[in-house]
Amino acid sequence: MIKNLKKSSAGKRGDSVRSDCYFEIELKNSGGIKLYLTSKVDVMYEESIKQMIHDMSKFFGLKDAKILLEDNGALPFVLAARFELAVKRLFPDLQKEYLLPFHVNNLYSTKKDQLRRSRLYLPGNEPKFFVNAGLHSPDAIILDLEDSVAPSEKDAAQLVVRNALRSVNFYGVERMVRINQLPKGLDDLKYMVPNNVNVILVPKCESAEQIHQLEKEVEKLKNQHKVVNDIFFMPIIESALGVIKAYEIASASKNNCSLAIGLEDYTADIGTQRTNEGRESIFARQMLVNAAKAAGIQAIDTVFSDVADMEALRQSVIEAKSLGFEGKGCIHPRQIKVVHEAFAPTIEEIEKAKKIVQAFEEAEKKGLGVVSLGSKMIDPPVVKRALNIINLALMNNLISKDWRKQ
Amino acid sequence: MKLVKNAAGRFVPTEVNGETQIPFKGVDKYKPTGVKAKPQIRTCIDYPYDGNKVVKDLKTALKKAGLKDGMTISTHHHLRNGDAVTNILFDAIKEMGIKNIRWFPSASFPVHSHLIKYLEDGTIHHIEGSMNGPLGKFTTEGKMKGVGVLRSHGGRYQSLQDGEVQVDIAVILAPTADPFGNATGDRGKSACGLIGFALGDSEYADRVIIVTDNLVPFPCVPWQIQGGNVDFVVEVESLGDPKKIVSGTTEVTKSPDRLLIAEYVADFIEAAGIMKDGFSLQAGAGGTNLAFVLFLKEKMKAKGVKARFMRGGSTKYLVEMLEEGLTDYILDGQTFDLEGVRSMRENANHVNTSPFTSYNFHGKGNFASIVDTAVLGATEVDVKFNANVVTHSDGYLLHGIGGWQNCLYSKCTILAIPSFRDRIPVIVDDVTTICGPGELIDVIITERGIAINPKRKDLLKAVKGSGLPIKDIKQIKKEVDEICGGAPAKPKVNKEKVVAIVKWVDGTVLDSVFKVEN
Repeated sequence: MIKNLKKSSAGKRGDSVRSDCYFEIELKNSGGIKLYLTSKVDVMYEESIKQMIHDMSKFFGLKDAKILLEDNGALPFVLAARFELAVKRLFPDLQKEYLLPFHVNNLYSTKKDQLRRSRLYLPGNEPKFFVNAGLHSPDAIILDLEDSVAPSEKDAAQLVVRNALRSVNFYGVERMVRINQLPKGLDDLKYMVPNNVNVILVPKCESAEQIHQLEKEVEKLKNQHKVVNDIFFMPIIESALGVIKAYEIASASKNNCSLAIGLEDYTADIGTQRTNEGRESIFARQMLVNAAKAAGIQAIDTVFSDVADMEALRQSVIEAKSLGFEGKGCIHPRQIKVVHEAFAPTIEEIEKAKKIVQAFEEAEKKGLGVVSLGSKMIDPPVVKRALNIINLALMNNLISKDWRKQ
Repeated sequence: MKLVKNAAGRFVPTEVNGETQIPFKGVDKYKPTGVKAKPQIRTCIDYPYDGNKVVKDLKTALKKAGLKDGMTISTHHHLRNGDAVTNILFDAIKEMGIKNIRWFPSASFPVHSHLIKYLEDGTIHHIEGSMNGPLGKFTTEGKMKGVGVLRSHGGRYQSLQDGEVQVDIAVILAPTADPFGNATGDRGKSACGLIGFALGDSEYADRVIIVTDNLVPFPCVPWQIQGGNVDFVVEVESLGDPKKIVSGTTEVTKSPDRLLIAEYVADFIEAAGIMKDGFSLQAGAGGTNLAFVLFLKEKMKAKGVKARFMRGGSTKYLVEMLEEGLTDYILDGQTFDLEGVRSMRENANHVNTSPFTSYNFHGKGNFASIVDTAVLGATEVDVKFNANVVTHSDGYLLHGIGGWQNCLYSKCTILAIPSFRDRIPVIVDDVTTICGPGELIDVIITERGIAINPKRKDLLKAVKGSGLPIKDIKQIKKEVDEICGGAPAKPKVNKEKVVAIVKWVDGTVLDSVFKVEN
């Protein structure tokens, strides 16, 4: 180890801090490890906290140091990330990673055409929001390394998000990470790719070349870490140039699963204000939907930022659905249910889908190669869409499981 | 101190503060006999014929009441953290050189940490009531001279009625009163709603002092406390800080996790078939409790269901349901916000109740067991459904029992709680202190799922196929341990040194609180 610094710190301190902690490490020439610990949960977890710091100090070869810990009830994955960061801020060249065991429920992979109606943004350096995020049943959570993380805490968020991908139970929802804008974002990948991330969101995407760079780096890391699960990409279009290049971007990789739009940056880029009516972005949104569909992937709408106005959110989702979008970003868990309800199929859509699915099943039973409803022939994509509608109707309790009998 | 194992498997003393105690024998297993406590005979010829019982000040009233060392003084918590008089009362007692008072409050609040110096200097010997916040810390560290006794609101009435506690002087803070002693809490600048917690004391205490900051000419109508039980009336400038007596508005939680719990509670009440015409419920004032009422209200409106009565802690949310015709009555135990106070004053269907009607063990029945569902909180629940409300996992006393124990008798008792707080598990192997036996607790609703007591097969059946996340309580505990990094260690306590006892509703000793070792 090369000692660059004598003292470092990491984490959060202060009276308002909850479920987080603050470390200071000061290197000494002798005296072993001296731990100064104050913890809100010392009665319950003092021994396990001491054990973790002891194990980690040994792992990183830390021999003589004064360690200060102010703990406000940080969970183990947070404690470990904060301590590792304090060590790495002392030794920036240190490559070793202290990896917590994978939670058994975190080893799933997802499909390219997975339902992505709602995705809940979680600020990457706010671990207290992670643990219960999956309970609110979004289709996906996004651990964000980009705009919600202060520039000085980018390294902190990388470690917290890495640890969360391994040990926080997200209850089966798709696990997405928004990396930083390329090329900086390429550096985030080594913390994500080996830890079973399902989708990587690429902010402010403006060219196919960026997706190629990403793909190359992801492939390299997948090989290096023998990752076999699929990792999909969701480029986010947030500029005038990005909108113009939307199709090129959407079709840049077979791993693209969706194309998303971010309107805060886009409206700034074209020199206007974002409004509730959204007339200023109608071109961009239609362009994006068209590009995504042309490339055979999903079109995903921006976030709705007024967390208090659920009715406006509902209207916004209904509008997005009518334009061809299949998903909406959420910044608060209470938005999820509203988004799902608004994306739910209408009664007319369900009735039509039922007929198509039944005609398809009838044809299959008879061994017919062609599905027809009345005098009309039905193409496979139409059947697939009908199946999706039935699935959505089931998820929203709009029809019962035995709808065929009714 | 000799400890014996009671029917809950807990070690409890058989003698506390020189008085014999009966260990808990099991739910509904203890039935005392004999006659109820008898107050001294009084005659009207000892009181002013003009009905004017006003004396100069509190000290004069205490002197006239015959205050002596070792007496029991009772106070009540309807002014909550805004109470300014209880501290002044003990300042006066201290100035009079009195020692070894048994303080018998219906609850204590952080404002009463002023009294710690009187616990230290021996003015107060011990507390029988609740030991919250700083008083709880003081008690748990073994600094109180006597042993604390924690009772439910119903248990407090029981102890007055069967003579377990003989109150020498009751000091009742009344937001409005007349010179005869008729008193009410529903009006005046310090209005708090009702003062039913003081009813038992007014009937059984040897001497009763009314303190008011709104003295009106006789008669004070309607009255909640009858002047015929009152010895002296004292007028003061102010009973306390109105802002801390009742909140302007009670706030619904904004936490998405608490809202999720509240939503599950409402979903459960509907799915279990409890929400039907003529049903009843009890709701408290915690953020989660307020939220579940709002979710339930939407469901009631959607299905056209109306409740017969709702029990408070009333808040503006219950008042809205009364005024919108979603319930026939509010039977109120205490009032948490200004809307609740207004409604009680103006609406005949917003009825003030007392621990006698609601909770009393020696009553010929009580309201608590009539209620269809009660939604409560807890600091800890164990896998046997036993629950704790008085201590935290670190062993420190922090809350009183309130009406919590009494409410467990509802037909479906639901505890709505997070499965952990920060890194503190709420679902545990064994509660630190048992306040409610698991056999009375039917459903635990957390953000991680709903656990139904296995003995409630009817409820398990009723919600089958509802899509609600029904889980074994052990499964929830396993998830919590995984998140928190293993089961929590227990606090280090001195098992020889009991600092407080927790009474069951029948007056037996359910558990002990031990001195925490640093």
